[in-house]
Amino acid sequence: MYSFNYHYVRSTEEASTLFSSCESAAYLSGGMTLIPTLKQRLDYPTDVIDLRGIDALEGIDNENGFVRVGSRTCHAGVANNAPINALAELAGGIGDFQVRNCGTIGGSIANNDPAADYPAALLGLGATVHTNDRTISADDFFVDLFETSLELGEIVTAVSFPTPQRAAYMKFPNPASRYAIVGVFVAELQSGVRVAVTGAGSCAFRATAFEEALQSDFQPDAIAGIAVDHSAFNSDIHASQEFRGHLVTEMAKRAVAKIS
Amino acid sequence: MATNSGIGASVLRKEDARFITGTGRYTDDINLAGQVYCVFVRSPHARAIIKSVDISDAERADGVLAVFTGEDLRSDGIGDLPCGWLVKSKDGTDMVAPSHPAIATKFVNYVGDIYAMVVADSIEAAKNGAELVEADFEILKPVVDVATATTADQIHENVPNNQCYDWELGDSGATETAFANAAHVTSLDIVNNRLIPNAIEPRAALGSYDAASGNYTLYTTSQNPHLERLILAAFVNVAPEAKLHVISPDVGGGFGSKIFVYAEETAVIWATAKVGRPIKWTAERIESFQADAHGRDHVTHAELALSETGEFLGLQVRTIANMGAYLSTFASSVPTYLYGTLLSGQYKTPAIHVEVQSVFTNTAPVDAYRGAGRPEATYVVERLVETAARELGTDPAELRRKNFIQTSDFPYETPVALTYDTGDYEASLDRALSLADYSGFAQRRAASEAKGKRRGIGFSCYIEACGLAPSQVALSLGAGVGLFESAEVRVDVTGSVTVMTGTHSHGQGHETTFAQVVADKLGIPFENVTVVHGDTSKSDYGLGTYGSRSLVVGGSAIATATDKVITKAKKIAAHMLNSTAEQVSFEDGMFKIPDSNESLSFGEVAFSAYVPGNFPIDELEPGLSEKAFYDPANFTYPAGTHICEVEVDPDTGTTKVVSFVAVDDFGNVINPMIVEGQVHGGITQGIGQALLEHGVYDADGQLLTGSYMDYTMPRAEDVPEFIVDTTVTPCTHNPLGAKGCGEAGAIGATAAVMNAITDALSVKDIPMPATAETVWRATTGE
Repeated sequence: MYSFNYHYVRSTEEASTLFSSCESAAYLSGGMTLIPTLKQRLDYPTDVIDLRGIDALEGIDNENGFVRVGSRTCHAGVANNAPINALAELAGGIGDFQVRNCGTIGGSIANNDPAADYPAALLGLGATVHTNDRTISADDFFVDLFETSLELGEIVTAVSFPTPQRAAYMKFPNPASRYAIVGVFVAELQSGVRVAVTGAGSCAFRATAFEEALQSDFQPDAIAGIAVDHSAFNSDIHASQEFRGHLVTEMAKRAVAKIS
Repeated sequence: MATNSGIGASVLRKEDARFITGTGRYTDDINLAGQVYCVFVRSPHARAIIKSVDISDAERADGVLAVFTGEDLRSDGIGDLPCGWLVKSKDGTDMVAPSHPAIATKFVNYVGDIYAMVVADSIEAAKNGAELVEADFEILKPVVDVATATTADQIHENVPNNQCYDWELGDSGATETAFANAAHVTSLDIVNNRLIPNAIEPRAALGSYDAASGNYTLYTTSQNPHLERLILAAFVNVAPEAKLHVISPDVGGGFGSKIFVYAEETAVIWATAKVGRPIKWTAERIESFQADAHGRDHVTHAELALSETGEFLGLQVRTIANMGAYLSTFASSVPTYLYGTLLSGQYKTPAIHVEVQSVFTNTAPVDAYRGAGRPEATYVVERLVETAARELGTDPAELRRKNFIQTSDFPYETPVALTYDTGDYEASLDRALSLADYSGFAQRRAASEAKGKRRGIGFSCYIEACGLAPSQVALSLGAGVGLFESAEVRVDVTGSVTVMTGTHSHGQGHETTFAQVVADKLGIPFENVTVVHGDTSKSDYGLGTYGSRSLVVGGSAIATATDKVITKAKKIAAHMLNSTAEQVSFEDGMFKIPDSNESLSFGEVAFSAYVPGNFPIDELEPGLSEKAFYDPANFTYPAGTHICEVEVDPDTGTTKVVSFVAVDDFGNVINPMIVEGQVHGGITQGIGQALLEHGVYDADGQLLTGSYMDYTMPRAEDVPEFIVDTTVTPCTHNPLGAKGCGEAGAIGATAAVMNAITDALSVKDIPMPATAETVWRATTGE
């Protein structure tokens, strides 16, 4: 990697002020994407601001019926402690032991990898993203491939998840990387049924046709005949658009079957 | 002698304490005073003309000590990297080998081909320098597809049709007649997928030069340090052989990929004298993917002729083998003498004819990878036999049994140039059928179907030729070196023993196995035997480790040298006991003479050898140290039966290997635990090839599987609890009766898995790897 200035900060205020004073800064959380990118010299920030010293970003709390997960909480922390089973299981299926003990929920969603697991949970549960500046609904947060509605220098501080009546996540992992080739999160909430898909497209999205069908009949057969439009899906050596399309329905059925 | 650490005992491995505690000493762990680093500048294009390389900015970069191009090596008399095996085409002409400079001069021919080298005082400085090397490339259309390579653009100036050779073996006339008389012909078009070896330790080199003595020292990750030295000295002209010291310390896996002499260590050892500093290079993982020699990559059409009653009459095989961009060190031998010669399998097929066209493409060079040719041969034969059984409605086990070479047929001369010394194929098959509970399969299949799954069972009755190799045979077939092995058994004054071997251990556990052999023969504690390998200054010579040869050839050399030690020790004991050597017996570590209670321990005799108080010096030399060079009389022929059961989820195409039985005949086994471990590893790689692994280039020659994000390695959860057993017919022509076990798993497993999957899906063939999408498409009838 190229040389850069390293900063260890204790508060989001300190981080944010520093960020705006640097020529080109990058925030470091778990480092699961940033560090490999730097090592391959694909990115060259002048300054890296390490957020891991900000203790206020850590932890999982119940807050007015919502589960609030601090952005610095690692995947293993969510897997072990999140009171929403589907969320805990999703976190426990990310990467491997090392990744789960380094990677953080804030880092994952800010990066918005199209095959990451967390975006499906945020969209599927209708979560709210808290930043050092504002709150953003999950529906507005994920914009496109590696793109979110975060402003430059804005820091994710927490994610609030409503507690669902029932929820499940089913993932068909890439055999090599274990990222999602397709992951489907299905939840029944007070506000209704939500279904979110990751891995298939350029960014996680909601499968509204599934939501409508499940709203009236929450069982696998209700969506078995619904084919998603796969014409804009991802295609690579592991799965074609067509196979991803098939897997979206299949994983959705399995998620529903798990909780119906 | 029967001990808990001698031959046949599952002794824990001596080397594991250091490996498990992270105290192994690998090339990258070694640091020399004044050491600097180098980075290789690699082509981003699959095929291009190098119009110019401007190194001036790189040379001026901070910390950069030197920048070299291919012209620097060439003008210094450094030769091309050679291929050590000359294969001749059908018409008698020699194979055509393109020029293979360590650093490219005129053309780059695959992504990862080196065109410059930057030496600097840190790795980061070298990388900064590498970014400043300015090459002007004229990009050409690459040749990527192996099947159409002969009609594509010509890659190398001297290689028409991109063809290295067009080779054949066997009797084409007899085979044609067999097909003319056949009641049934089974044909298959199959692809043996390209694999990337993925040793856990990347390749590395650390070179140093002592100007005072003119001596070069090269630490490198080699499976055969003596051969590395020979090639660098005699063919590449780096230094005279006596001035080049090659050390291959602990090495973390090779699987064949570290047999070869590569561009990187060649450039490192040459440059160390130019720069006057020790230079270290350690591959990054992406370099391993791009520039380690890959494996397999065959396209084959094969046909089996059968009689009305299911006897095999003839086998016809046509293969196109991918050599990649250049000929790697032994590349030419893999799809010929290690492939065509194995097509008889375990069967009495009377007529076989094989044609192999080897072609160049703009991809990484392809060479030996675990099994090397023999997995490809097994895949052809065993997929074909299983398919024939299905077409004839015959039980696949029984069709094989009907065609097996019988125990009474040995020695058995095949139609493809080998003579099998011994074996009992039905014994392995029967044991495997029993362990696999073959008769219960129908019930298990029904249970799977009741869950909405599909279940299949597949066989592979493989054979391999190991213990490479009888020098006379190898040399007559075009090998550039003999394939014997050397050993020295040096008894210390206090009776401990140091064994020098020319083989190299990079995971095989030689320090344990060889110590067991010597301890057992000398009747001394296993702990008292130390095995030394991997250093050209310590062992006389050696051809290294590959082809399941270490115990069979290297161990036989050690056994022979140990016998010589015993012979000498008897003479010393006779002197001490006032007897004659003929009268002295040696058993359980004690020297005795008849009708006497007097005896001497091995240690007492060893001590006397070095403290020769009253030796008759004109008859008996002091000392107790012996050498042997062992050249095998034949190959060895490990064989066995693998039976695989898979369960397929038709809704996702996911395949789970639910059962795997391997019954192997490795001849006599020294350490059953180590052998079982070798089998586990081999089967895992075989399953990896069938289900997961694939080196993929796109149409532009870009490697799509250049990291673990895309290249799928088998993991523990991908394999079942293996059921492993052995049957034993000892090899008839080596002192240990051993046949070798290192490659069997990878040779046998792949065909068994694919036979099971095609059985589950009721399809003739699907391409490897059987990914979820491939299997799903097969279930949907595509």
